[in-house]
Amino acid sequence: MDSKRRDFLKIAGLSAIAGIAVPSAFSSLLKGEAVASEHGAEAAGAAVGAHGAAAPAGKRLGMVIDVKKFTANPGLAEKCVSICHAIHNVPDFGNKKDEIKWVWVDSFEHVFPDDSSHYKQDDALESMPFLTLCNHCDNPPCVRACPTQATFKTKDGVIAMDYHRCIGCRFCMAACPYGARSFNWRDPRGKDENGRPFIKEINPKFPTRMRGVVEKCNFCVERLTIGQIPACVEVASASKALVFGDLNDPASEISQLLKTTFTIQRKPSAGTHPSLFYII
Amino acid sequence: MYGKGRIIPALILFLGVMTSPIWYNSGEVSKLPKPEKPKDYKECVAPTQFMRTSHMVLLNQWRDNILREDGARTGRTANGTEYVRSLQNGCLKCHSDRKKFCDTCHTYASVKPYCWDCHLQPKEAM
Repeated sequence: MDSKRRDFLKIAGLSAIAGIAVPSAFSSLLKGEAVASEHGAEAAGAAVGAHGAAAPAGKRLGMVIDVKKFTANPGLAEKCVSICHAIHNVPDFGNKKDEIKWVWVDSFEHVFPDDSSHYKQDDALESMPFLTLCNHCDNPPCVRACPTQATFKTKDGVIAMDYHRCIGCRFCMAACPYGARSFNWRDPRGKDENGRPFIKEINPKFPTRMRGVVEKCNFCVERLTIGQIPACVEVASASKALVFGDLNDPASEISQLLKTTFTIQRKPSAGTHPSLFYII
Repeated sequence: MYGKGRIIPALILFLGVMTSPIWYNSGEVSKLPKPEKPKDYKECVAPTQFMRTSHMVLLNQWRDNILREDGARTGRTANGTEYVRSLQNGCLKCHSDRKKFCDTCHTYASVKPYCWDCHLQPKEAM
């Protein structure tokens, strides 16, 4: 009886070990094979790509701002601002603290703080109107900062916003090195104490915003989809002060211009890869 | 039963007071909202029953598809009429009076959508 129980326990133990070990050994062997083959494919892909950065795919819309031409046409920059703000229902709260701006005119030292620290520079820079707007960065810090993905990069490289999703945390404003984002501290549809509406004349084709959301330039995506160019570019088209196009298309007008002309970008050291270029 | 003369009338009075809201609204509860449909247009972008239950889902889908997935800005109805996939420039083209269309059901169902915080109606008195 004793020896029989001993035999039984031995057989039971062995079959338990076999039952656990054999399937797991099989599955780990099969998995090992799969992993090994994946590594092989990856290595092959890396080898192909190693011969230089892959050509950028898709569109990347950008703009060249010719400040010389804006200087030659006084008032043109202001016209670009006013048409943009009119068609996008951008409110004017009448004070600097609450100001909302999609596109604005600023001085050289504010637009290019990195380049304006030396005192021996061209005096003409002081009086030039620097039109500036969202840079629609290729590596946008605002998109990374947004906790709700209310702001995002579209296929065309435009940094767009979904105002429905904005919770007004203003992380994107802190993240943007260019001050291109504004917060609606007040109701944009309201009136000031003198009864002046903040939006002078509402464009019924475009929504307004509400209190508590961040807003910014959208590169006129609503116009681009119906085959028009951005409103500011259209206003400046007579003098060619603004050139708009696809930076990834080597044949586009903007690519050709960038190839032949010296341009500067705002704060390139920030690593945001702005899509706006300035001719000064 | 002790105190029968006072307890029974008091019970009846109590029940009457407790159920008074039901009596008070008895006629109105069955009145369903009648949104005014546009006269010049016969066909919507989707069947009426779907629009009734899921128009808000459709609007969200349009928004996400157009903004994030580079979707088309226009669509076609079953009969081939082209429409703009947009609340402000599409829906409100036919349903031009928000008060007579949107608000009738929204008030009845006591829902307060935030569409009008940003989107504009065609003839809004601003």
